[in-house]
Amino acid sequence: MPMSLLSDFGRYVLLMKGMFSKPENGRMYWKELMHQCSEIGIGSLGIVVIISVFMGAVSALQTAYQFVNPILSKSIIAQIVRDTVILEFAPTLVCIVLAGVVGSKIASELGNMRVSEQIDALEIMGINTKTYLVLPKVLAALIMIPLLVILSAFLGILGGKIASVSTGIMPPSEFEAGLIDGFLPYNVFFALAKSYTFAFLISSIPAFFGYYVKGGALEIGRASTKAVVVSCITILFFDYLLSLLLLQ
Amino acid sequence: MITVHHIRKSFGDKVVLQDVSAKMEAGKCNLIIGASGSGKTVFIKCLVGLIVPEQGEVLYDGKDFLKMDAEEKKEIRKQIGMLFQGSALFDSLTVEENIMFPLNMFTSDGYQKKLQRVNEVLERVNLAGVNKKYPAELSGGMKKRVGIARAIVLNPRYLFCDEPNSGLDPQTSLIIDHLIMEITREYNITTIVNTHDMNSVMEMGDNIIYMHEGLVEWTGNKEEIIFSKNERLNKFIFASEFLKDAKEMRMMELNRKNAGE
Repeated sequence: MPMSLLSDFGRYVLLMKGMFSKPENGRMYWKELMHQCSEIGIGSLGIVVIISVFMGAVSALQTAYQFVNPILSKSIIAQIVRDTVILEFAPTLVCIVLAGVVGSKIASELGNMRVSEQIDALEIMGINTKTYLVLPKVLAALIMIPLLVILSAFLGILGGKIASVSTGIMPPSEFEAGLIDGFLPYNVFFALAKSYTFAFLISSIPAFFGYYVKGGALEIGRASTKAVVVSCITILFFDYLLSLLLLQ
Repeated sequence: MITVHHIRKSFGDKVVLQDVSAKMEAGKCNLIIGASGSGKTVFIKCLVGLIVPEQGEVLYDGKDFLKMDAEEKKEIRKQIGMLFQGSALFDSLTVEENIMFPLNMFTSDGYQKKLQRVNEVLERVNLAGVNKKYPAELSGGMKKRVGIARAIVLNPRYLFCDEPNSGLDPQTSLIIDHLIMEITREYNITTIVNTHDMNSVMEMGDNIIYMHEGLVEWTGNKEEIIFSKNERLNKFIFASEFLKDAKEMRMMELNRKNAGE
């Protein structure tokens, strides 16, 4: 088991190294990058909007539920919602959902291409398949996922505001005052650092599992599931590591 | 011409190619035949570099493919077209986009010129007018023909076909065989076909390489195979009573022809 883990890690590193070669035709690579940006960004927009609004709203309601000290201002609820959304919910929760949505798609797409010999067909044409198939996916994830995380943070806070105001926890002005109070721009940097790290993991790990799949339809399914599970565990591990390194 | 010297390939403990040496004649249909598991597909994948053998040489016009750097390999691969067993068409692209893909990647021609070339090769494989269809909308035979069209669109010097008749009915198989033969002659391509379809052997075999348990057991052409005394080859080729009878008739026909000459 540890040997196979090491060997898999070695192959993963080689796949990442193999991505960086001179493109055969820059225009075709650009087209593929734009296609992947649309697949990853636009394709995940709906789910990101829904989970972001609800996580912000639930966060506001639960904080208010636990907020029993009458001396403290209710605007602190807005501060807590803001910080939890920026520090954790938007980058981590959204990326875990994206690991499922984007990760399984990447793994099954590449797995299907491998099994149906489409990757071999590209190789025969003289195309570096690691560069043509994997690099645009990783770059598109690095471009689109941080943007989705920023959008998610805004929508999460908006969801918190809607929930707070509509349930009468506090008026909009108090929520807005709380949002500005004690805001640390460093938290946004931290969220972006996390989102870039997770974007790389979400795209490269499923690409590895899909690219090296062997067998048939069943193995594609297995590779897809494994890709999502490993991506999620790695995201959680790096979430802890980055918090340890950047928030101490 | 492609020449192979002492190729060996194993997967774990299983030796698939023991010591294979063979010559693929230029401008002809070279057939690699053998039972399932005899190493045909591994051999053809070694020839195109999809599998790297542990030892041996694969010479393209005298230059060892295995010792070439990445750029040299790319240049050789641009001269190779390949038809895969399952056609390997890109699912998300239309027939036109599939065939245009190598042109987009490796030429700087304008769209109209590329479209003209796509239509030319589609016409050549008798599939004019299917440009906008997706692979899922095509029959098995049509997919193979689109695969051939994509393989020849860049005017390759070498055409590799991995089991071109698998999953096809006899009539469609014959159409594909004839198409491969015609293209080989017309474009003067060196064609290498991996098959266990006996009809293909008798129709196309300019140069036949029979493999058994990872070794080349016999080489010859479609006429020599009729008179071959190799027992294993005869058992493999003329497995049924029907094929044995066909062999006898063919033998008589060839003897008559030779006597007449």
